[in-house]
Amino acid sequence: MMAQEIQDKIQDPIIRVRDITVQFGSTRVLDGLNLDVKRGEILGFVGPSGAGKSVLTRTIIGLVPKVAGRIEVFGVDLDASGGAQRRGLERRWGVLFQQGALFSSLTVRQNIQFPVREYLNVSQRLMDEITMAKLAMVGLKPEVAERFPSELSGGMIKRVALARALALDPELVFLDEPTSGLDPIGAGDFDELVRTLQRTLGLTVFMVTHDLDSLYTACDRIAVLGNGKIIAAGSIADMQASQHPWLRLYFHGKRARAVMS
Amino acid sequence: MSGDPRLERIAKGNVLALCATGTWTASFAPALERMVADAEKLAGSRQSIFIDVSEVSKLDTFGAWLIERLRRSLTQGSAEAQIAGLSANYSSLVDEVRRVKATPVVETGAVTITGMLEQIGRGVAGLTGTVTALVDMLGAVLAASGRVLIRPRSFRLTSTVHHLEQVCWRAVPIILLITFLIGCIIAQQGIFHFRRFGADIFVVDMLGVLVLREIGVLLVAIMVAGRSGSAYTAELGSMKMREEIDALRTMGFDPIEVLVLPRMLALVLALPILAFLGAMAALYGGGLVAWLYGGVDPEAFLLRLRDAISIDHFIVGIVKAPVMAAVIGIVACVEGLAVQGSAESLGQHTTSSVVKGIFFVIVMDGVFAIFFASIGI
Repeated sequence: MMAQEIQDKIQDPIIRVRDITVQFGSTRVLDGLNLDVKRGEILGFVGPSGAGKSVLTRTIIGLVPKVAGRIEVFGVDLDASGGAQRRGLERRWGVLFQQGALFSSLTVRQNIQFPVREYLNVSQRLMDEITMAKLAMVGLKPEVAERFPSELSGGMIKRVALARALALDPELVFLDEPTSGLDPIGAGDFDELVRTLQRTLGLTVFMVTHDLDSLYTACDRIAVLGNGKIIAAGSIADMQASQHPWLRLYFHGKRARAVMS
Repeated sequence: MSGDPRLERIAKGNVLALCATGTWTASFAPALERMVADAEKLAGSRQSIFIDVSEVSKLDTFGAWLIERLRRSLTQGSAEAQIAGLSANYSSLVDEVRRVKATPVVETGAVTITGMLEQIGRGVAGLTGTVTALVDMLGAVLAASGRVLIRPRSFRLTSTVHHLEQVCWRAVPIILLITFLIGCIIAQQGIFHFRRFGADIFVVDMLGVLVLREIGVLLVAIMVAGRSGSAYTAELGSMKMREEIDALRTMGFDPIEVLVLPRMLALVLALPILAFLGAMAALYGGGLVAWLYGGVDPEAFLLRLRDAISIDHFIVGIVKAPVMAAVIGIVACVEGLAVQGSAESLGQHTTSSVVKGIFFVIVMDGVFAIFFASIGI
């Protein structure tokens, strides 16, 4: 316990979740869950469908109220922070929603500039240039900037949403199933993109995913959710060595073997 | 470790060296932009230019881009500005930014007279499109009703009953309340002005004719256009946005038959019922005011009413209701199915559904007035 505490201090987790309980009516979705996300890592978050992966993400961001527990992001207790401090925290993270959640009545350029315009007092010229830089970073052509979200393909929506999540150069990004609905090549590119961005921008990435390829190629560490708790957390090798029945199915199933080979 | 960003000039002569220090991040973007703009003027005709970034404690895309912008603007002719002292963990970010092409942003055109004229022209030309779309929808609805008549089993009873509940049953309280109040107001105003020449009792004639022929059905139709027409447009519009209508089509269902027909039918059944209830509530309200405010007791009111109105007045009013319902329904469904991908488009079409619905209701009312006048009812 002592050693664990000391290590916590050294590692300085960017997200520290302690004894989180989330309940909808009488169904308990998360039950005393503990999780640490370390600075600079890409954490892959897996678990069966309906286990509450998105709920945990939304609880950390503050969209779902929790019954009990404590969440610290950047070392600040979210319950204790309010007003300006809370907004300051929100500026330091970016969120990529599962469906992109782009503002449908704004163009791609306006979507990416929206948080910049609200939070920073910078010139239109700089905003336009930064938008172009972000678009290039997520691998989109400059022409895309003037299109509306309804004129984009699924993969492009994810990329634009990522560009918007990165607009303010956050230290932490939450990605909710970033590669779902993408073709394998597109998904591979996206994993590569997340890796590159993590290297160039020094991001910490919290990624909810079902994509085994992403887990193998992009993630530094994997956390597994089951029965409202984290049932395992560690490297991909730890996961493969685990004797937990669900993990064995997940990492030794037909698909997993195909990915590994 | 972190400090305000600075950009200092550290050498003179033929070599220009700029030294960037502190935190070059988004939070300092406005200050950084000013410093970079000042530094851009220093280029002159110097041959070698260095930007030393070894003292930068923190760098993000904003900072990296501004350094890159400075480098580009200092690079003129044969002179090339160089970035020196870049730490390893930021070099990939600077490389990434270097690949960005500074494309001029397309300016949206300013407001010009020709532009405004063009808009007006497009608006007028769009009117024919509106009428065509309405006629098209009317045809599609009639064709779908024909198919349902041939194959009654394809009729969606549950859906129709559901919509009937939404547009008729649930609308009853508000319709009763509003028409009751309007009846009260008409009677009060009538008595107030008629009393001056001793014609109090004629308020009953005015109330009866006005409510049964015009106000009852018109008011109810306008309320239904606002209440149910907008709901239809929003429902169909959001289904269109989420490709639900395309899904129906691919499963071999006709969206007109599945979505539009039950809604239309519910509306056509609901409006006469609501118009009747509304007329009764208005008469009741008017009678109440005539009694309490004008001193016309209920017995006298009813006697006078019996003399003043005939069944014709009632029929003239109620016959208009289904036609108005059809107009509201068609406008609402056309607008709903015209919604494009964005939330803004949904809002625009819902607005124009209500505006057009009310406009056409009043136009229809005028057409009916001319028609009934010429056949002498």
